[in-house]
Amino acid sequence: MSDRIAYPWGSRTPYGPPAVVERLAASLPGRLKDVLPGDIGRRSPWPVRVDTFLEEGVGEEDVDAWVQAASLMHSNGDAMDIAVKDGRIVGVRGRAGDRVNHGRLDPKDLYGWQANNSPDRLTRPLIRGCGGELVETDWDTAMNLIVARSKELLDGPGGWGHFGFYTSGQLFLEEYYTLGVIGKAGIGTPHMDGNTRLCTATAAAALKASFGTDGQPGSYTDVDHCDAIALWGHNVAETQTVLWARMLDRRRGPRPPAMLAVDPRETPVAREADVHLAIRSGTNMALMNALIHVLIDRGRYDERYVRAHTLGFEELQRTVAECTPTWAAEICDVPVRLIEQAAELLGSCDRLLSTVLQGFYQSNQATAAACQVNNIHLLRGMLGRPGAGLYQMNGQPTAQNTREAGADGDLPGMRNWENPEHIRRLAELWNVDPSVIPHWAPPTHAMQIFRYAEQGSIKLLWVSATNPAVSLPDLARIRRILARDDLFLVVQDLFLTETARFADVVLPAATWGEKQGTFTSVDRTVHLADKAVEPPGEARSDLDIFLDYARRMDFRDKDGAPLIKWHDPESAFEAWKACSAGRPCDYTGITYEKLRGESGVQWPCTPAALRGTERLYAGGRFNTDPDYCETYGHDLVTGAEYSEEQYRAREPRGRAFLQAAPYQPSPEVPGQEYPLLLTTGRTVYHFHTRTKTGRAPQLNDAAPEPWVELSPGDASAMGVSEGDTVRVESPRGALEARARVCGTRPGVVFVPFHYGYWDLDDSGPGDRAARAANELTITSWDPVSKQPVYKVAAVRVSRVAEAGGTLSAAPTVGAAAPHDPRVPPTAGGPAAEASERFGTSGRPGHGGAGVQERSGLRRDPGDRERFTPRQPAGEPAGPAAEDQPEARVPRRTEEE
Amino acid sequence: MHLAHYLGLLHRSQTELARAFREIGEHHRDEPDVYHVCERLAAQCDDHARRLEPFVRRYSEEAPQEPERLHSTLFSGTRSGGLGLLRDLHDLYLMAAECDISWTVIGQAAQGARDTGLLEVVSRCESETATQMTWLSTRMKQAAPQALVVAS
Repeated sequence: MSDRIAYPWGSRTPYGPPAVVERLAASLPGRLKDVLPGDIGRRSPWPVRVDTFLEEGVGEEDVDAWVQAASLMHSNGDAMDIAVKDGRIVGVRGRAGDRVNHGRLDPKDLYGWQANNSPDRLTRPLIRGCGGELVETDWDTAMNLIVARSKELLDGPGGWGHFGFYTSGQLFLEEYYTLGVIGKAGIGTPHMDGNTRLCTATAAAALKASFGTDGQPGSYTDVDHCDAIALWGHNVAETQTVLWARMLDRRRGPRPPAMLAVDPRETPVAREADVHLAIRSGTNMALMNALIHVLIDRGRYDERYVRAHTLGFEELQRTVAECTPTWAAEICDVPVRLIEQAAELLGSCDRLLSTVLQGFYQSNQATAAACQVNNIHLLRGMLGRPGAGLYQMNGQPTAQNTREAGADGDLPGMRNWENPEHIRRLAELWNVDPSVIPHWAPPTHAMQIFRYAEQGSIKLLWVSATNPAVSLPDLARIRRILARDDLFLVVQDLFLTETARFADVVLPAATWGEKQGTFTSVDRTVHLADKAVEPPGEARSDLDIFLDYARRMDFRDKDGAPLIKWHDPESAFEAWKACSAGRPCDYTGITYEKLRGESGVQWPCTPAALRGTERLYAGGRFNTDPDYCETYGHDLVTGAEYSEEQYRAREPRGRAFLQAAPYQPSPEVPGQEYPLLLTTGRTVYHFHTRTKTGRAPQLNDAAPEPWVELSPGDASAMGVSEGDTVRVESPRGALEARARVCGTRPGVVFVPFHYGYWDLDDSGPGDRAARAANELTITSWDPVSKQPVYKVAAVRVSRVAEAGGTLSAAPTVGAAAPHDPRVPPTAGGPAAEASERFGTSGRPGHGGAGVQERSGLRRDPGDRERFTPRQPAGEPAGPAAEDQPEARVPRRTEEE
Repeated sequence: MHLAHYLGLLHRSQTELARAFREIGEHHRDEPDVYHVCERLAAQCDDHARRLEPFVRRYSEEAPQEPERLHSTLFSGTRSGGLGLLRDLHDLYLMAAECDISWTVIGQAAQGARDTGLLEVVSRCESETATQMTWLSTRMKQAAPQALVVAS
């Protein structure tokens, strides 16, 4: 048994890269791989470890049914089975045979399902009573209210412009597609976006800018093959624990990959990495331009690949010409030596795996910086072969589908809003006039939707499965907008969130385990999540709610038939398949039946390539053809959109774009009044605004309240000690929380973004001191991806009260690992004991078969050591010196 | 040689455009993208003016009296609201267009004068001015339907 609160990544199962013959086989195109005998070329040497957590007193043998699903608590797409007993969810077990996780689960999956059974679930619709309070009602009354208001607003020219839809990264593909069609062909409004705008918009924008369309080039199996891993602003240990476990297992095995981390905080990734660049927040672009400068200057690029498969080399070379490591070291405030080491690591490896996340996406020059990671892979020809992979990560479990299905700032099927032929195809598919589909400008991004609501031109805002009253920047402003009298607010959620408290109508929704649908991981693996139990009370699936709205609104196609021609998840999936046909995210070879097999399937998957596609762009041919691409491109500095003529003039012919931009300082930099830089982020124990994780006891107890991370130097200069209550102020607002003194970069203040006010039974701070990180953040966004800048805000910190013997409740696991040795390690105790069973085969096993309980396997002592902070630079090396794989790895020869 | 007059005209246009970007950005602070991009583009215009200065000085030594009615003012203050934003961006667009065509004219003259230094400045700056116009057009295209058809 394993306490997965204390050890979020579980036990190590070290492994090495596959044999050369396996790598050769894995490099073959899908069709050739399909004719190889057995699974050659598709095997992964990563051992199986099946993680299980069941309610106390329930054994695996007591479970009535195991129902297939995948994780909805992070973006890794870990496959699992839901344990059902007496019509209730009683636990989860990882799916041993799945290509993504080989049986492993994240702590949020192991414990988070308990939120489904929470007594405060919404079970009936709510509307405003005579006194203005929310009162229960029936579905007919609630839906009729929404429909009456909708019809009133739609009446008259420009009626479409009064509607705004703000959805999520946590619904299912079928739901997004349905919502997308309602918005784009029913109402005809461009004002639809997902909270994916906050987490993954830059991933999409960077992929489009470099490769022509969205779509991750890499596969998770690239971890098996790679010889170097670069993590760009990605604390994968706390965002995708199973992916981190895979990386750690490689690091503990033979021939481990080198590791580079770029992060201002001392995250578990930073502690593990061979080179850690703790750069000043907001200066990613300076670092990237310097790294590319060195690669070009020293000839560490693949000239043939660049010539044959890319455009823009000369401009890139010109742009980075002056960007020497010495120049960047000054701006980023890191030693030149470290930048040189990073460039050496990137320039000398043969199979580079890169992952990028919020440290880039939510920072200054987001799209430009993320594109530079693409550039490094293009320059070195590191795409489309085993180990040479790239993940422009997603923050949320189903963010990929929000993008694919067009429920955000994209059109369904990764179509180009500027391409009339793409619009015509959608119009034909939906049998509507092309003029109905808004395509005069890109779909309106989230921050602009809220701006139109603020100005009063959006009068109906429908929020599904997200909580902007905690997650958007500058919360005081967001609360003012949500509270406007002239805004009719519909909120569809599981719980009475901070946002729902502002609503005119609240619709109780079913969630994971209570409804059916599919969703897709970062590496394009599609999973099916089946319905395991009935939703509580009168709660309905989001799909049923959208279908009901479409029916009541009586949306029709050109011939007078109902616009939405599907009625359940599987028929919605079939409709989506038709929409995806011929596009990069082609699902036409996937069926629900196929997804009930052993493992998820990677798109594109067509009848001609039924086993899916492991890596994109294997032949160095990209989706940049003008008739196929998803965008004609932008100026990275301003976001100015290029025209079709300008795009065609570049004659891309399947070549990728090397995007170049100079470094520019952040819009908000520290000054005298606000001398520190705020950055926000997560802890491994929570997801988003804690609507689920805050209701799972093990997760909540591990990180029950917010904290403020300060570096030891800053803390002592301010006279702040561990546990003191501090006040953090920005030009927008202030919050108070206890201080955690830990290994963050001097000058940087970190506050987790999870905490709001629902557990104080309120929609905002009221008369109390505020605690949401977004009280402080700035309303500003990247010019291309329109992703808000959460990682750079100027703040000041002051002490308001002494600790009085109480330490900060921040977890000791992860980046918040304390410097004060008095802080007891975070542990879940007996309530968090989960089981781990280890597989014998090098390939994911088949359900229970081939998987057995094994003792003898020791927990990596390194995991324990990493809880002890590294000695400050200049002092005698402490644990860091022992932090070498050789020193602590119990080698398991049977795996090698 | 009248080149000095056109250099002076463009120098003044760039300075005025910088001021207009700043004023309009500041006035529409509630549109953070407009505010931040306008700040950046204002700095860009200042840079253009700075790069022109040595040429203005050099050519003015051999220039006759400046003719009348060479300069006209395009910007006379900011407006508010969605429609106001659209009109303000519209003003900026026209001012940028004034600069854009001036770069073309001066580029031609620089070729005639065989002034490679000036040509270098023109080729660098005129593409930035063109991008400014593209951004303004992009932003106006996004704002126009809501401001003109939807908002009451």
